[in-house]
Amino acid sequence: MTQLFPEKTDDPYLYLAGDESYKCELIEEMNQVWRRPDSLIDTPMHYCPGCGHSIAHRLLMEVVEELDIVERTVGIAPVGCAVFAYNYLNVDMQEAAHGRAPAVATGIKRVLPDRILFTYQGDGDLAAIGTAETIHAVNRGEKIVIVFINNGIYGMTGGQMAPTTLAGAKTSTTIFGRDPSVHGHPLRIAEMIAPLPGAYYVTRQAVNTANHVRKTKKALLKAFQYQIDNVDGTCFVEIVSNCPSGWKMTPLESNELLEDEIFQFYKLGDLKLPGKE
Amino acid sequence: MAKKLMKGNEALAEAAIRAGVKGYFGYPITPQSELLEYLSRELPQRGGAFLQAESEVAAINMVYGAAGVGERVMTSTSSPGFSLMQEGISYIACAELPCLLVNVMRGGPGLGTIQPSQGDYFQAVKGGGHGDYKLPVLAPNSVQEMAEFVYDGFDLADKYRNPVLILSDGALGQMMEAVEFPDYDVEAHKVDHSDWATRGRRKGHDHNVITSLYIQPDKMELINQHLQEKYRLIEANEVRFESIMTEDADYLLVAFGLSSRVAHKSVEMAREKGLKAGLLRPITLFPFPSEILSQLADQVSGMLVVEMNTGQMVEDVRLAVSGKVPVQFYGRQGGMIPQPDAILHEIEKYYEEHFAAEVN
Ligand code: SF4
Repeated sequence: MTQLFPEKTDDPYLYLAGDESYKCELIEEMNQVWRRPDSLIDTPMHYCPGCGHSIAHRLLMEVVEELDIVERTVGIAPVGCAVFAYNYLNVDMQEAAHGRAPAVATGIKRVLPDRILFTYQGDGDLAAIGTAETIHAVNRGEKIVIVFINNGIYGMTGGQMAPTTLAGAKTSTTIFGRDPSVHGHPLRIAEMIAPLPGAYYVTRQAVNTANHVRKTKKALLKAFQYQIDNVDGTCFVEIVSNCPSGWKMTPLESNELLEDEIFQFYKLGDLKLPGKE
Repeated sequence: MAKKLMKGNEALAEAAIRAGVKGYFGYPITPQSELLEYLSRELPQRGGAFLQAESEVAAINMVYGAAGVGERVMTSTSSPGFSLMQEGISYIACAELPCLLVNVMRGGPGLGTIQPSQGDYFQAVKGGGHGDYKLPVLAPNSVQEMAEFVYDGFDLADKYRNPVLILSDGALGQMMEAVEFPDYDVEAHKVDHSDWATRGRRKGHDHNVITSLYIQPDKMELINQHLQEKYRLIEANEVRFESIMTEDADYLLVAFGLSSRVAHKSVEMAREKGLKAGLLRPITLFPFPSEILSQLADQVSGMLVVEMNTGQMVEDVRLAVSGKVPVQFYGRQGGMIPQPDAILHEIEKYYEEHFAAEVN
């Protein structure tokens, strides 16, 4: 049997160098019931164990393959934990400045309207520093898919408060808990943009259970299909996710917190469906 | 082609369309708004996309995206807006994306004034944003050059995979002069960028990635070295300047853009009085014409740098002449334009003092 993790794992840069020795061939082809999408690069990810980013990445690549748009798709990576998304997603990618992914995608879509554009952004990126770019891209109805990973914290920089952090939540910059009268209120950005005429499809999903993963995949399929159909507006898929490292808990505990508290505030489901207000 | 009377901003916009610009992203700001208005009207009908962005920050990032697919794209702004764009320009420079930037300068700092200025020289030629990078900077001094430099700018950008800046000012943008657009074959100037551009993964190839992130310091150092090598190449190949009455000059004026027009007038007035003044006009501010200045420093006994700021390019002139001759400065700021007599007065003063020194 191939070793899952060779001795060399203490060199983190090998992850990024695409070292072939990491590939695991555990299953005979005849027994294979599931496979990694070809467009998901076969390399260990830098995400923490139990983090929802990797699932969202896989779903994205499944979707572009199923819709047969790998060669038409250009993705925009954010600044944040997903800054290296292009190390995993084998579609053409641009890495944007913090918060500017919707502007970058707009630039591409406007000069190459037949390409399929998506941005992949966290909550610090999309809902704090990039709020203006988010709102105006949607308000113009840019024909792009915005994938918004909302885990209520700044993961990469070490667990600081995000605009989306729930009231009372302890973070490294709100050590006694977020006090809305001092730190502001948690921001529901999907609710903000859903009423904009430029928003075509706005939905909030999750990837913490098999059922939620299936629903998120459906939502992504829908959003990309709308763009392929050249509908008049922006598709916005929020994925409420976990950050076990930033939340300082185990992946299991983080998934429980999602169900117990976070989905109460960030309610899952469609916020805007085409033809329905 | 017949000459046409046009504003500098409009001539630049028209030239951009003729140079095959496929995308323009900008934000209104005086004194460059005619550029935006002209392109909003003309570009969509002539094969390009025009978009008025929500801010200069968004505009420059739209340029980043669109430049990353290898099409000719541009933005234009004026001083405060150019400050807002610096983050994006730093990313574009590191990711090596060809594009054209235009700064129609106004007086600063702060909100300043909408009158012409050259106060952004440092920002333009020394990098401007964070990190070590350079932009080739072209400084027109007429409406004709506002147009011509667009073609050069796009060609340089494509050749070096680097953002190129046209550094103009409010007077050149607003003034009307006759302009003639050169014949320019867009197809013949097309550069194939498909090996790096992100236009969708090519069959049989791995994906293309545009980034300015190299987390390993040894890799980031290599990127820095690569960029510097490119800038040295640009310095070796692309220096441009104009020499006016320098052959027999014993006193040299150095000025760029609008102030070079005034300085030219002053040199003519000095010549009428029998004073052998000359003018060196840097056309590229980066790469800077240091070599010719160093040579001229062996010929003249002094230099006078004239700028519409408090003395910025004068530092580069002093570096170039390396103490061989005294380099003086005359400038006006805040939207004020130097007057030919005032410069002439400086020239005369120099000759008087120099002459007096020789007699003693
Ligand atoms: S810090 Fe949080 S969001 Fe980032 S990879 Fe780790 S768990 Fe995921």
